Amino acid sequence: MKVKVWGCRGSLPSPGPENYTYGGNTSCIQVTHGETCIILDSGSGIQRLGKFITPAVREMHILLTHLHIDHTMGLGFFAPLYNPDIEIHIWGPATAGHPLIDRLRRYFSPPLFPIRLTELPNHPIIHELSNEFFSIGDIRIHCEYLCHPGPTLGYRLSDGKATIAYIPDHELRLASNDFPNDPEWTSGYEIAKSADLLFHDGSYTAREYSRKVGWGHSSIDDAIAFAKMCKVKKLAIFHHEPSRSDLEIEQMLQDSLGNEELDFEVQMCAEGNEYNLEDEVENSPER
Amino acid sequence: MPAQPLELILARQFGDSLSMPFFLVDPDGNLLFYNEAAEDIFGLRFTDTGGMREEEWATMFKPTDADGIPIPPSDLPLVRTLTDRRPAHGSFYIDNLSGDRIRITVTSFPVEGRPDRYLGAIAMFWKSES
Repeated sequence: MKVKVWGCRGSLPSPGPENYTYGGNTSCIQVTHGETCIILDSGSGIQRLGKFITPAVREMHILLTHLHIDHTMGLGFFAPLYNPDIEIHIWGPATAGHPLIDRLRRYFSPPLFPIRLTELPNHPIIHELSNEFFSIGDIRIHCEYLCHPGPTLGYRLSDGKATIAYIPDHELRLASNDFPNDPEWTSGYEIAKSADLLFHDGSYTAREYSRKVGWGHSSIDDAIAFAKMCKVKKLAIFHHEPSRSDLEIEQMLQDSLGNEELDFEVQMCAEGNEYNLEDEVENSPER
Repeated sequence: MPAQPLELILARQFGDSLSMPFFLVDPDGNLLFYNEAAEDIFGLRFTDTGGMREEEWATMFKPTDADGIPIPPSDLPLVRTLTDRRPAHGSFYIDNLSGDRIRITVTSFPVEGRPDRYLGAIAMFWKSES
């Protein structure tokens, strides 16, 4: 699997020279494996991704963790949606009452957006998910509901050789009994366990989190403790606060790690990062 | 041990934070958790019992009616909820492990997650006057 980060900012796009290293686009990750193209979330990063799709692609799958605006705002600006030769599948969390297509129509309708789903050349094919296993091409996917306001899924993707886990918005401490000592009672454990690469919410410092309990996000310290519990090989901290500059993001990691020695790598996720999980080579950002 | 579904994790957290007795089971009736307030009534700490099967918890406190006649497990509110996935309510006596006979009133209800997953049941109960 090849993984590219097109956006890792949380809440709101944050362009600006002070955010050059980590980027300003909101959640969007591309996973490719042979002919299979999967996109995790359609934040503002998906707009740029749309310009780099190879002409041979005829089918794409967008897996939405949830429908908060920073994870969906780019959808209407994704050029392949307007290409009649490409079939788009949109997967997202089921609720108890409102079909996913109705919730997507709220975005694809005035006053939020001028074009309706029915006006696209091909109506996207909608799939509702709850806790389940399914496959797209050769990629095996496991999704589960996670602790975050509103129905929210985490995704675990595996090609049989490597596994990535995507948990961009997640409040660990609210949904864990005796965190981080009890995997059986920790939200997201089944998604992240033993992953080669985990993208996980680390929006806040521990001090900030104490004032934002219940907002649906985790501290960087909790994200690291979770990765340690799950025995992942690499952790990419995700969902950077929109007000946080490159320097502040780097300082946040330094403060959190201190002198602690971990047996896995921790990095602050940066837009443009690429991970080749076939040969474990990571390329630095060239956005 | 696979991790529990989010709804049960949150239910346990909720129950753990209450001062009212709280009892959580999975769809097969296996005990997952009871809180401190329930420990006070049972005379037994959850950390000492851990998980129990339905046939264990439904009999270990010897539920009886007001005349001391044993109540079969199938008539207990929580077992009725597990059987038909509907709320149930009732009062009966138990012998706790501290040797006291206590009248309790139980309300139980199923736990159903999005979109329509049956995940277990919760019983909340009160020590009531004889």
